[in-house]
Amino acid sequence: MKEEFKVISELIDEKSRVLDVGCGDGILMEYLLKNKVVDVRGLEISKEKVKKCLSNGLAVVEGDAEYDLKQFPDLSFDYVILSQTLQAFMSPENVIKDLLRVGKKVIVTIPNFGHWKVRLDLLFKGEMPITKNLPYEWYNTPNLHMCTIQDFYNFCNNKGINIFKTISLNGQKTSKITSSNLKFKNLISELGIFLLEK
Amino acid sequence: MKSITIKQPLKLDCGKEISNFPLAYETYGNLNEKKDNAILVFHALTGDQFASGINPVTNKEGWWNYAVGPGKAFDTDKFFVICANVIGGCMGSYGPGTIDPSTNKPIGTNFPVITINDMVNAQYNLLDHFKIEKLFVVAGGSMGGMQVLQFVSNFPNKAKVALPIACTASHSAQNIAFNELGRQAIMSDINWKDGLYDGKTFNPDKGLAVARMAAHITYLSKKGLQEKFGRNLQERSDLKFGFDADFQIESYLRYQGSVFVDRFDANSYLYITRAMDYFDLTKQHGGNLSKAFKDSKTKFFIISFTSDWLYPTSENKDIVIALNAIGADVGFVEIKTDKGHDSFLLDVPDFLSTIKNYLNTTYLNINERRI
Repeated sequence: MKEEFKVISELIDEKSRVLDVGCGDGILMEYLLKNKVVDVRGLEISKEKVKKCLSNGLAVVEGDAEYDLKQFPDLSFDYVILSQTLQAFMSPENVIKDLLRVGKKVIVTIPNFGHWKVRLDLLFKGEMPITKNLPYEWYNTPNLHMCTIQDFYNFCNNKGINIFKTISLNGQKTSKITSSNLKFKNLISELGIFLLEK
Repeated sequence: MKSITIKQPLKLDCGKEISNFPLAYETYGNLNEKKDNAILVFHALTGDQFASGINPVTNKEGWWNYAVGPGKAFDTDKFFVICANVIGGCMGSYGPGTIDPSTNKPIGTNFPVITINDMVNAQYNLLDHFKIEKLFVVAGGSMGGMQVLQFVSNFPNKAKVALPIACTASHSAQNIAFNELGRQAIMSDINWKDGLYDGKTFNPDKGLAVARMAAHITYLSKKGLQEKFGRNLQERSDLKFGFDADFQIESYLRYQGSVFVDRFDANSYLYITRAMDYFDLTKQHGGNLSKAFKDSKTKFFIISFTSDWLYPTSENKDIVIALNAIGADVGFVEIKTDKGHDSFLLDVPDFLSTIKNYLNTTYLNINERRI
């Protein structure tokens, strides 16, 4: 099981309604159904992945979060999850706005562009970094809006979004991110997991 | 041919009441002891109760033979599939072709105008007949999908899963226009005789064939037609400068029209297309489609097809949106295919395998009380 999903699952209270935006193959949904008493729905843009989810009996709707989040009423879910997808949207700002409208709480995970390996690649090779979490070349990457943990932290502060919890994930290791260790965690984390509220 | 006689009066939307009328049906597979494996399948405009195997009347394959049968999407090794001929139809259920004992002639246009709601209410009697408390699935494509939506709206707790395919919650102007074209073709046939043809000497076959030809075009996609027929000529090397079927597509449509009249009643075509045109579940619920499903815990799985321009994805998605607005349990996928609206009747592997897996998994999940 992906360590990230374990962390996300721990952030979610029992008996809540969850929407997984960009749910992919539905692995996180399956994990939540298995480990928690939750009512979980998915939204996914890839037909192949939607078919896979539906074949497994998951309640997944084919759609594009940039258009199709609109159909969900305000605060209709206890948690809305966006796992490593934010950077792929045309307008991450609008998507976050919609997530915060639909969910009472929002869990966002971002691949951290501030990780030291990324910084070194750019510094010494002078090339766009390619890592485990960011395996694409610059010319074929779906990731239009890369950001660092620090960037996302600043974004939330500027937009008045409450950050309840921030968790750093580096390999299998998780740790808390606070305002005092932020600079350091921004250097060593592969992923940042944010629990947000409007 | 199997049928039940519905004794108790059924109040129709038009205000009339019918009672003691026949509803013809067929079943596939076996109802288990718990009676929790029943699937009610609704047929489309020109379908009938013979969904699977060989239709004993036409000697052709059942209309959903790709989907219903042992090991198929609706696996009759596991599930008990029931399919009834809609009222207004012409395969044994009460319809305009039914002989009126007082005149010994077909009822014809003295048959009351029926709606999708009336069809569904009539078929609900099958649950009592089989003593089924709750269906596992209600499923259907096109007009069958409309019946699925109406069924859940009328009986919110009588199906665990609803599978409306390539349909709409509200018949569009374009849908009505095509149906009207078909009806006009029939009613312009001199043998239609205001709907009181005797069915023996006089039959509006020409009109019905043209109606079928026009409708058939709407079931296919432009790309599908082009790939299958293109400008290919029919058994000739050059154009004949006349009005015979020079092109394969002409010959194909003429053939489709001619075989259709052997199995279908023109008045049934009028009544059933009318029922489709009158279908507007949104209007039934004061302009808010979500209200149709608000009392239901039914799990929905909605499917549309990329090349279906008759009941396009956008209209199927409107149903998804209405369900999401009330937090219903809903899955939706648009299947990629060039086969047009007819895709739901054809061998579209992606479509069939997704349904099969979805139903098998969901049946297990329900039994394990995971959902």
